[in-house]
Amino acid sequence: MAAILPPQQPGLPGGEDTFAEGRRRLGVPPDLDNVELTEIGEDTMELNMGPQHPSTHGVLRLVLDLDGEVVRACRPDIGFLHTGFEKDFERHTYQQCIPYSDRMDYLAPLINNLGFSLAAEKLLGVEVPPRGQYLRVIMCELARLGSHLIWFGTHALDMGATTPFLYAWRERETIMDINELVSGVRMHTSFIRVGGLMADVPDEFEAMVRTVVHTFPKAIDEYELLITKNPIWRERTIGLGTISAEDALAYGMSGPCLRGSGVAYDLRKAQPYSSYDHFEFDVPIGVNGDVYDRYLVRMREMRESLRIIEQALDNLPSGPVNTLDRKVAPPPRNEINTSMESLIHHFKLVTEGFSVPRGQVYQAVESPRGELGFYMVSDGSNRPYRVKVRAPSFSNLHALPYMVKGELIADVVAVIGSIDIVLGDVDR
Amino acid sequence: MMLADIWSYQIGPDYWWLIVLKGVIIVLFLATAAAYSTYAERKVAAHIQLRIGPNRVGPLGLLQPAADAVKLLFKENVAPAGRDKLLYLVAPAFAAAAAIFAFAVIPVSGVSTVHGYQLHWDIAHLNVGLLYILAVTSLGVYAIFLGGWSANSKYSLLGALRSSAQLISYEMAVAFALMGAVILSQSLDLEQIVLAQHRAWFVLLQPLGFLLYFTGALAETNRLPFDLPEAETELVAGYHTEYSGMRFGFYFLGEYINMVTVCSIATVLFLGGWLPILPFLDFIPGVLWFLAKMLLLLFGMMWIRWTLPRLRYDRLMNLGWKVMLPLGLLNIAVTGAVVAVKASL
Repeated sequence: MAAILPPQQPGLPGGEDTFAEGRRRLGVPPDLDNVELTEIGEDTMELNMGPQHPSTHGVLRLVLDLDGEVVRACRPDIGFLHTGFEKDFERHTYQQCIPYSDRMDYLAPLINNLGFSLAAEKLLGVEVPPRGQYLRVIMCELARLGSHLIWFGTHALDMGATTPFLYAWRERETIMDINELVSGVRMHTSFIRVGGLMADVPDEFEAMVRTVVHTFPKAIDEYELLITKNPIWRERTIGLGTISAEDALAYGMSGPCLRGSGVAYDLRKAQPYSSYDHFEFDVPIGVNGDVYDRYLVRMREMRESLRIIEQALDNLPSGPVNTLDRKVAPPPRNEINTSMESLIHHFKLVTEGFSVPRGQVYQAVESPRGELGFYMVSDGSNRPYRVKVRAPSFSNLHALPYMVKGELIADVVAVIGSIDIVLGDVDR
Repeated sequence: MMLADIWSYQIGPDYWWLIVLKGVIIVLFLATAAAYSTYAERKVAAHIQLRIGPNRVGPLGLLQPAADAVKLLFKENVAPAGRDKLLYLVAPAFAAAAAIFAFAVIPVSGVSTVHGYQLHWDIAHLNVGLLYILAVTSLGVYAIFLGGWSANSKYSLLGALRSSAQLISYEMAVAFALMGAVILSQSLDLEQIVLAQHRAWFVLLQPLGFLLYFTGALAETNRLPFDLPEAETELVAGYHTEYSGMRFGFYFLGEYINMVTVCSIATVLFLGGWLPILPFLDFIPGVLWFLAKMLLLLFGMMWIRWTLPRLRYDRLMNLGWKVMLPLGLLNIAVTGAVVAVKASL
């Protein structure tokens, strides 16, 4: 490193001595400049991949021990996107926590909202009316579709196919438009809140979601035409990054990564929440647990999500979307004008939020990446005492060193793509 | 020596000034063609990907290549510490040079007679033109290997290693793919090879040879699905990771000139060079026919790039040695047998 030093001026601090003094105070060892560029030991070359690398999906850093192009060992280094959201939860009222949860898994923010809200609602003991539950399901499945579309695009991009990425974003755009319609925001919508939703959906909502339901199957067919049967793709992904069902469970994997290994574990079926048990859908699973199976699982999941959306839309009940418990959800405007009690509720909710009874709860939802769990402890105040998020990307990433051992560098990016990590979710 | 003597001094069959003139024209043409292939690439990519592509600089974005060139020229040349200074500097020059060299023997049109003088439409009319091409295109690997080696970066090194392995294995297959055309035309002279196609283009007689050559050409020019040396999602930018500014620009230029060159070679050897598609269309100048066929192939290369995923390194080597090389040999054997049988009848 060649440090550019400010010109030494008489009587002013600066120059070589100040630089050395600064480094001494910061504890930078003086021999830092003489770093060996290559370390050779056991005939492997250490390659630093990331945190700035085109296909580590954000700021994941991998240290690879290479023997030629063969990966002998892989050491993931995480924490570059650590944001301290779990700590932030402790300093905010429950409703204020929702925007923070948006930003954890930023590819499926609504599902984070849902996980947090369900946990708080469980402690509060409130139930969201059917219309609110169905709308939550529709929005979450749309979020899952959007997330899977980005996964599809970036996975293909990692393997060198540039164009599917753009096609996937075209379709995702319609989902973003729906987000914008219902909440005014495209990505971090904070649409799902404790006690229900931000608001009921506008009239255009149904037509827009119907368009998604009708156009997406054709779009997914198009992707499959480009990628699924492509011999290059099959050759590169079949048999790569194989993980058995036992190993996947042992690593704590969940979601499509676990289902790719043949374990039909889907929280929407296993522990139905938000009226998922009202809908008919299948849980696609793989056989070999390789990259191709994980790919197929996600592609089929998109079609299943469309099925759920269609059923929810067909049977969408009428009625309120928020809980009628005025201690949790603010009363409607016209009620505030006429009822003193409502005015007080509104004032209390806006100024200090609602208090949650003492207790602890674990609520997991099926995020596009797997089991997204919220462990919430309440001390009875209006802020969570502690929230621990069980992030699916974090657990799934554990298996990466196991899956890439003995494979080539090109396969590392393919396996990362197939795990579908979001660094915001890994580090939180 | 009289001025007239100098003027009429000949190198081979040509006047020396004519060779210089043709050389200048070809180099200018190649530089422009390379610049506008980047424009075409971006436009083709954009339309495949539901975008518009460059449209800000000049009408339809046609001045975009100029803007890019200016940008590259004025960019700082960031050079890594610990590099091999000489090699790091000269390697980019090889990239463009090897591709330009090959163009010296490519006939862009048939022989025309000007005032009784036989004008060949190539710079150097060699009777072993094809051998020359095979020889000089191999130089391209030096640019990549030296560039990757001298930069003292691991990503560059990996890219360089990949490319040398890749180019060596594909050179063989490519050479064998071309031999079918040589057997049919009984000549290594590119003009003779084109003239031998006046009844049927060799792409019809040698479909396998054409496919093998085109695949090999994709590998030689580091284009998808064979762009492993610079595989950006794996090796950041491969061998030119540590290059910036105009030095990177030379690699870029080299890649696109190389594309033009391999497409021209394919045109000459398989698509009948300057010959019109039907005999009565020969009022259109041969150069235009040549250009049209070359551009068609160029478009094919771009189309493939924006459609397919990348092959894996070891599969690529398998394909080269275990599939393409035997197929190339088979092609030679079958072609040779057919020609021999026909001659004995």
